[in-house]
Amino acid sequence: MESPQRKFQKLQQIIDKYEGKASQLIPILQEVQEEYRYLPEEVLTYIATAMKLPPATVFGVATFYAQFSLIPKGKYVIRICDGTACHVRGSELINQAVRKELNLQDNQSTTEDLQFTVERVSCLGACGLAPVVTVNDTEVYGQMTPEEILAVVKKLREEG
Amino acid sequence: MLKTREDLIKLQEKAKDALRKEKMRILVCAGTGCVASGSLKVYDALKQKLKEKGLEVKVELMEEKDNEPCAVNTSGCHGFCQMGPLVRIEPEGIFYHHVKESDVDDIVEQHVIAGQLVERLLYKHPVTGEVAKTQDQVPFYSKQTRVALEHCGRINPDDIYDYIAHDGYQAVAKVFFEMKPEEVINEVLESGLRGRGGGGFPTGRKWQFAAAAEGEKKYVICNGDEGDPGAFMDRSVMEGDPHRVLEGMMIAGYAIGADEGYIYVRAEYPLAVKRLRKAIADAEQLGLLGENILNSGFSFKIHVKEGAGAFVCGEETALIASIEGQRGMPRPRPPFPAQKGLWGCPTIINNVETLANLPSILLRGGKWFRAFGTEGSPGTKTFALAGQVAHTGLVEVPMGMTLREVVFDIGGGLKKGKEFKAVQIGGPSGGCLTEEHLDLKLDYDELRKVGAMVGSGGLVVMGKDTCMVEVAKFFMSFVQSESCGKCVPCREGTKRMLEILTAITKGQATEEDLKLLEELAYIVQDGSLCGLGKTAPNPVLTTLRYFRDEYEAHVRDKKCPAGACKDLQDYYIDPEKCKGCGLCARVCPAGAISGEKKQPHTIDKAKCAKCGTCIEKCKFNAIYTA
Ligand SMILES: Cc1cc2nc3c(=O)[nH]c(=O)nc-3n(C[C@H](O)[C@H](O)[C@H](O)COP(=O)(O)O)c2cc1C
Ligand code: SF4
Ligand code: SF4
Ligand code: SF4
Ligand code: FES
Ligand code: FES
Repeated sequence: MESPQRKFQKLQQIIDKYEGKASQLIPILQEVQEEYRYLPEEVLTYIATAMKLPPATVFGVATFYAQFSLIPKGKYVIRICDGTACHVRGSELINQAVRKELNLQDNQSTTEDLQFTVERVSCLGACGLAPVVTVNDTEVYGQMTPEEILAVVKKLREEG
Repeated sequence: MLKTREDLIKLQEKAKDALRKEKMRILVCAGTGCVASGSLKVYDALKQKLKEKGLEVKVELMEEKDNEPCAVNTSGCHGFCQMGPLVRIEPEGIFYHHVKESDVDDIVEQHVIAGQLVERLLYKHPVTGEVAKTQDQVPFYSKQTRVALEHCGRINPDDIYDYIAHDGYQAVAKVFFEMKPEEVINEVLESGLRGRGGGGFPTGRKWQFAAAAEGEKKYVICNGDEGDPGAFMDRSVMEGDPHRVLEGMMIAGYAIGADEGYIYVRAEYPLAVKRLRKAIADAEQLGLLGENILNSGFSFKIHVKEGAGAFVCGEETALIASIEGQRGMPRPRPPFPAQKGLWGCPTIINNVETLANLPSILLRGGKWFRAFGTEGSPGTKTFALAGQVAHTGLVEVPMGMTLREVVFDIGGGLKKGKEFKAVQIGGPSGGCLTEEHLDLKLDYDELRKVGAMVGSGGLVVMGKDTCMVEVAKFFMSFVQSESCGKCVPCREGTKRMLEILTAITKGQATEEDLKLLEELAYIVQDGSLCGLGKTAPNPVLTTLRYFRDEYEAHVRDKKCPAGACKDLQDYYIDPEKCKGCGLCARVCPAGAISGEKKQPHTIDKAKCAKCGTCIEKCKFNAIYTA
């Protein structure tokens, strides 16, 4: 585990990079989330103090945008597109297959062991390949089927 | 560093020269779709193989080579991602699809060296069997007219010189040195260009307001939020021709007197952000962005802002709030952004595609642009074809083309085994069209007349097995989760509407509910502040208008005519196929299945909970729904 000082040191660097400007709150949160994979409460409080903003403003912004998560996400974030193109080509079946495989309950999106997070998104912009799934935003899988997504999960599990 | 217009002209000549010297150019699509299908591997293998064969290879336009080299470049999206990875070979425009690493040897040995086409990679018409050698001969492309997408798939988006070789930045040079700002606005007015972001507001008029507004400081914002789920034209332009977007913004800036611009890009588009950032850096380095560009006295800089996942931020006032670092909530207009926008300064917001049309309009004239399209909606429009259509993808056609031409001629009709039922146009704000609208001309005014809208140009084709209530529910669920919550009718109304739609698909709704649904639709429409709420009921209203019988079947007969709503289906066992193994009876949580060993089993409809477990478990495919 990182020591608290180290943790906030990195945070302060990010804030300083944007000169602590209130208008840069969103890019700051984006970069901080990239660093910690989510936005822990104490981090948001720290940001508010450091930027001299009311905590309500920072929490308000962090909760408004879907990109920000206040709870930890898994190591692998699987995003299943539910845009129109993917929806009409059966993305729900893929969603069900992964959720079942990972034993996720109805309101749960991250596995207990913090390995996987499953999210729906509306359109990843690769609609010609519907249905589309991404892993950690970088790997894009097109024309997916329930079988193939299970193979992807298996591969990720093997990678650990 | 380019210091004058003459410098730019000289550079363009050099770039064109370099282009002419290329014996051949191989463009490998590196749009998001083709990359996902493995196009970068093809690209690397091609370069490797060509070098092995001792051929002169160059990857950047301005690389100095002695002989006539073979250029290998990446390009942006061609719009036909389903056929990817795509490879286009110049000068003829040969079009290879589904190219794999293992095809590279043949491309190099057969095509590049021996000058023969690799037949198996060419497009073959699924019905007539006719082979298309060039991209233009492929039916998907032959009926298109590309203006905004002119360069997508044709040039290397990461190479500013390639853009310059293709008349890039000539429009701004012309504007800076030959036209007054008013003349620019007049040309745009003359073109009749209307905003491609959904509203269809005349671009020139918007600029007039901003130009007339008092203020030292003004801004241009490019709206790259692309919220309509299922549309990807803006992404393709930003990824495939980023300099064109910058040039469009500069023209807008010059016209209204702004010296700074922002591009707001959706969080889900990392590649677009990367390409735009590179394009900006390259343009700055050449002196095409920055202070006193080409010694014209005009300065302009551009920033990229990444969104954070909120559909409502596509709405202009919410977008401005988001750039300012706040929650992206719309505010009432007036004041319009043209008067009071970003940081309180006069601001114009234009969509990516709107801006991408500008370089061509200014270079070739408003009259030229007007020659395409209809009287009220001049020009071309991109549509993202999706759903149960044979060819999905991104197309650009003159406004006023009929729905039939787009779906059947370009899109190749429905997927095998599907029959046309409806088209949903304009995304969550749009509406449904049916067979009777197939000959409708697609333009702003015609679509509005039938309760739909062009929107951003999402076009989802649906077959007979699509349930229209489910479609309405899908869009309602989208807008409901994206409502910012500021106004009650939108926040609560969409929630209630979604509940009713869900109940309908479950067979739990009454005729009263149906009436309430319609009433709510009008309340949400009238009582909402921004376009999200105002248009949210459109999918419901148009499906009610054209498919009321389908709603009624769900409500009255508890039946889904399309056979799509799972909860309205009954489960049956086919006695012919059933072996009587008893597995289904053991797994059925409701105890609804009974039967003698080795005899066909039966399902008690009254007890069945429609969980689907039995279907999944039966090894003999004996269980079906109807
Ligand atoms: C809820 C909502 C979402 C919108 N999303 C977008 C969008 O993603 N892209 C866009 O260009 N315009 C969007 N618009 C329209 C913009 O508010 C604005 O009209 C447009 O960007 C103006 O550019 P144009 O005149 O070039 O079309 C949206 C409007 C609303 C109400
Ligand atoms: S109509 Fe909906 S999205 Fe628009 S401001 Fe009101 S609550 Fe927000
Ligand atoms: S599992 Fe299939 S084959 Fe076995 S009893 Fe049930 S329906 Fe018949
Ligand atoms: S659908 Fe479920 S409840 Fe109905 S018969 Fe099959 S297993 Fe039993
Ligand atoms: S709808 Fe899934 S990628 Fe666009
Ligand atoms: S990404 Fe290659 S055609 Fe769209």
